[in-house]
Amino acid sequence: MLEVTQLEVAYGGIRAVKGIDLRVGAGEVVALIGANGAGKTTTLKALAGLLRPKGGRVTYKGADVTGKPAYHLVRHGLALVPEGRGMFQRLTVAENLAMGAYIRNDAAVVAADTERVCALFPRLAERRRQLAGTLSGGEQQMLAIARAMMARPQMLLLDEPSMGLAPLMVQKIFETVRMIAAEGVTMLLVEQNAKLALETSSRGYVMESGCIVLADDAKTLLSNPQVRHAYLGE
Amino acid sequence: MDIFAQQLINGLVLGSIYALVALGYTMVYGILGLINFAHGDITMIGALVALTIVQALAAAGMPAPVVLIIAGGGAMMVCAALGLSIERVAYRPLRRAPRLAPLITAIGVSILLQYSAALIWGKQYIAMPKLLEPAAIDIAGAQLTTLQLAIFLLACAIMAALLWFIKASRMGRAMRATEQNPDVAGLMGVNTNTVIAFTFVLGSAIGAIAGLMIILYYGIGHYFMGFMLGLKAFTAAVLGGIGNVGGAVLGGLLLGVIESLASGYIGDLSGGVLGSNYRDIFAFLVLVLVLVLRPSGLLGQHSGDRA
Repeated sequence: MLEVTQLEVAYGGIRAVKGIDLRVGAGEVVALIGANGAGKTTTLKALAGLLRPKGGRVTYKGADVTGKPAYHLVRHGLALVPEGRGMFQRLTVAENLAMGAYIRNDAAVVAADTERVCALFPRLAERRRQLAGTLSGGEQQMLAIARAMMARPQMLLLDEPSMGLAPLMVQKIFETVRMIAAEGVTMLLVEQNAKLALETSSRGYVMESGCIVLADDAKTLLSNPQVRHAYLGE
Repeated sequence: MDIFAQQLINGLVLGSIYALVALGYTMVYGILGLINFAHGDITMIGALVALTIVQALAAAGMPAPVVLIIAGGGAMMVCAALGLSIERVAYRPLRRAPRLAPLITAIGVSILLQYSAALIWGKQYIAMPKLLEPAAIDIAGAQLTTLQLAIFLLACAIMAALLWFIKASRMGRAMRATEQNPDVAGLMGVNTNTVIAFTFVLGSAIGAIAGLMIILYYGIGHYFMGFMLGLKAFTAAVLGGIGNVGGAVLGGLLLGVIESLASGYIGDLSGGVLGSNYRDIFAFLVLVLVLVLRPSGLLGQHSGDRA
């Protein structure tokens, strides 16, 4: 589904991602874990078309999409739920969901999808007419995921869905993530909560200062003493 | 004749034109954080294009409504094309430049438009051929001409349509989304360059209508007419809260009324020392007061981070 070779991304002169290789097969859930500042978010931004890579190649569904803008990629089914949720604060919940369906013109199906995500997240249904900026952090994260689903993506890039949330809310968000994965949506999951991320994924990559240092099955990584020490706090 | 009622009527009519121009400033500021100082001059180009069309067609003896529709349509098309090209050539390359660069560029574009107009139309005042014979209606001891009424109603209709468009249409929603978070709008599939270009086209076309209204109202056009009009419309946008579309409407109407009332009474208040030709003072007095007392404007919520 997604094939990344020797991807390099730089801010000004500083290389944040230093030539990484990464592969996500169709229907797979893959975790990308690592410490703060390792380059995970930068990688996702480049894959979603928000940053222009300095080098390397990104192939999505067999086509070279290196450097293509975000609005082009989402039209081909590649969606990013950005770090910090990326709310349109002064749009209502309903308008945020409508923005998620911006690329679609099948109004009837969109209406049905809106009902579906509202059934999935009853809290959002209750707050439909409220401005997104007035929601709690967890509700905003739900809205961010629901909004991305409105585009009916085939592949979802999730950036730190658990960031800044209470443990109970983290559980709830990850339940949803697993449910979406079970529907066959391919996922690349970036998380600081390495344990949760690896438990949700089939494979994982470990990133350290711009490079991928480990790549293995999620189970193997979970029992890897190096990973346990550095990322699971043991 | 009741001076207060008369100046109120004049002020509302003038204010509705200010509001149309102010919308162009506020929409572009909202989406780019840029004060497009060339917008007043785009309005001037619209006015002079309309004037030229009216001159040509009225001489050919066409009926007034047809002449006006063609003049308005022609001016809108020219201004829309102009707005589109200015954004593409002058502002887009500077999208990621420091804020001061596009601002200076805007002033440059403004001067370029003024002197291009001077080359095309000359530097003299151009008289508008007598096209309409407006009748006067008596209201509360004041006179409202049918032309004033038509300008006011058309301006209100355009503003209502625009507010509805931004609130309820898919493109309007994309404009608001781009304004609030351009990166995330891109993630939703919005081509933000298209949205920004569209904003310029829309603001410029509305400015063209305002230009046509101005030459109908004052009966005269000039290559420099966009300068003062632009500054006043900018003041109106700041008064309402720049970036806020409803604020531009409110600010425009309010500024027109303040200016008319003040110029109606300035002679009495100053004991005859100052006449109504000092009217322009009031717009800028308002601008200074707003910037000092309430920089975010009447309806603006956030300010400070944007210069």
